[in-house]
Amino acid sequence: MSVSDERSLFNEIQEIAAQYPVRRSGIMPALHLAQKKYGWLPPEALREVADALDVSPAYCQAVASFYDMYHLEPVGEHLVEVCTNVSCALVGAQGVLEAFERELGVHAGETTPDGLVTLRAVECAGGCGWGTVVAVDHRYREPVRAEDVAAIVEELSGA
Amino acid sequence: MGLRALLFEHADRDLTKLAEYEKVGGYKALRQALGMEREAIVQEILDSGLRGRGGAGFPAGRKASFLPKAEQRTKPAYLTVNADESEPGTFKDREIMQRIPHAVIEGSLIAAYEIGAEAAFIYLRGEYLSEFEIMRDALEEARSRGLVGANILGTGFDCSIVIHRGAGAYICGEETGLLESLEGKRGQPRPKPPFPAISGLYASPTLINNVETLAAYPFVIRMGGKRYAEIGVQNSAGTRVFSLSGNVVRGGNYELELGTSLRELVFDIGGGVTNGHALKAVIPGGSSVPVLTAAEIDTPLDFDSMATAGSMLGSGAVIVIDDRCCMVQLGLRVAQFYMHESCGKCTPCREGTRWMVSILRKIEEGRASQGELDLLLDVCNRILGNCLCPLGDAAAMPVASYVAKFRSEYQRHIDEGGCPFGGESSLKGLLAPVDQHHAHVREGIEAPA
Ligand SMILES: Cc1cc2nc3c(=O)[nH]c(=O)nc-3n(C[C@H](O)[C@H](O)[C@H](O)COP(=O)(O)O)c2cc1C
Ligand code: SF4
Ligand code: FES
Repeated sequence: MSVSDERSLFNEIQEIAAQYPVRRSGIMPALHLAQKKYGWLPPEALREVADALDVSPAYCQAVASFYDMYHLEPVGEHLVEVCTNVSCALVGAQGVLEAFERELGVHAGETTPDGLVTLRAVECAGGCGWGTVVAVDHRYREPVRAEDVAAIVEELSGA
Repeated sequence: MGLRALLFEHADRDLTKLAEYEKVGGYKALRQALGMEREAIVQEILDSGLRGRGGAGFPAGRKASFLPKAEQRTKPAYLTVNADESEPGTFKDREIMQRIPHAVIEGSLIAAYEIGAEAAFIYLRGEYLSEFEIMRDALEEARSRGLVGANILGTGFDCSIVIHRGAGAYICGEETGLLESLEGKRGQPRPKPPFPAISGLYASPTLINNVETLAAYPFVIRMGGKRYAEIGVQNSAGTRVFSLSGNVVRGGNYELELGTSLRELVFDIGGGVTNGHALKAVIPGGSSVPVLTAAEIDTPLDFDSMATAGSMLGSGAVIVIDDRCCMVQLGLRVAQFYMHESCGKCTPCREGTRWMVSILRKIEEGRASQGELDLLLDVCNRILGNCLCPLGDAAAMPVASYVAKFRSEYQRHIDEGGCPFGGESSLKGLLAPVDQHHAHVREGIEAPA
């Protein structure tokens, strides 16, 4: 990362932290920003957030590890999340997840060898009436059926 | 009773635009409220009978009245809007934010004025990216028109609103977990008391309400509390947005007058069970509430009727379950969710949910002894009432209800040494997520025999 990139993340975090009566409240938005910059939260990202907010990197790690959306390990370029909670499971989420596993050649929780797609099973995504809910890079597709999966994977490979 | 649009009136208009929202009376209630005494607003909300839409159903006016009077305060008061919606089965706040973001903003401003707060925080579920963009744009438009920020509508009332995005943790929907998270910490609940009204965000007096509760505020002010109270039934005033899902023909969100029967929602409005299957059970208020059997389908959707039936209205999430579902698998999947979301702070919840999962798995796989079925109920009993926050109960209550109401199905798993559905249950496979937290969830641990 160049020095100017690092300055700008630092400055962006300062602006965000200033919105709160106590600066520490800026840690979650700061982690979101750092993750956007790096794609995940490597140690240097945690260090940058820590520096910007005057907390320790260990504290940032402790906060980040509490929340599912912060990636403490590298992830693929695209994130495919399949809801497998009750409402979606009742209408066939398992079949949808299995179709993704087949099409991508990985298990849930893994990333394709080319680093393109990370597949995850997730808890209720908040679209239960239109299940099965699949979020592709946090944009919801509702409903997705097993037979729709090949096209979604093709779309991701082509992009 | 039945469908009744208040929040979702004017479905044909794009109410995300401020001008459209104003055409249908938007921000009138705010203008009206800013000309009223604060106590008068509390009184309107009390008169309305409005109860919280987030899960617990606490009377909204009473909660607002618990904050110390302005002259007794040593710290500023805050409003926090709970938009963390993550209770399985629930997707109503998402559609409310998509369709009427300005009602959420207007209601929040009225509530902030009501309690004398000059800052409000909307804690918005991290996964809701599109909803974040809609809320952010609506907020920007409202700010540019002098409706948010300094000297609102020239009245001298200042109120900033900040949207704070979550990052994937169900427990941050619990009000004190939410406050911890908003303070930049791990979202682990706090012991109560002190209650947030006395010592909440930054140890200051804080009001926390659900998105839908606050979206109802403008309607209460415009109609007057007493007239709002005429909608619905005794102790359950107004309308609620119910999220209908599962084995039902027309899943989706439906705004209904409280007191409408579950049958009307599931069959008349939702079109009944899919593919002609028989109804087996209904979860009436999100995955943390006790189940109702098909025979209880005439229960009205209001707080008292649900309590009489031994369940709860919860978050208004109605999950329809047909006869292909194995109730042991349902118990296991629900328990897996709460085990995954337990914050780990107190022992009965952290350990108890793991025991539940491990015993339920043994029952499902036909490896459980008779004593282990009793052990499951014993574990549930030891969780109930013994946890710091309601998440532990939210795991134990539903599972105990599945055993109570479908005991013979649990018994058959033990007697037949396996699942009577023989791999054909609609929940087969039970794929619970494995994520970066799996390192500290030791899979496969067994309860002692
Ligand atoms: C584990 C747990 C999760 C919760 N999740 C939510 C949630 O996502 N949204 C919500 O509004 N309330 C949730 N609640 C309820 C809140 O603690 C709180 O009662 C509610 O936000 C108060 O608002 P209301 O009075 O307007 O309902 C949850 C409670 C518990 C125990
Ligand atoms: S009940 Fe569970 S989620 Fe709530 S504080 Fe205890 S361990 Fe955490
Ligand atoms: S259960 Fe899948 S979105 Fe809620």
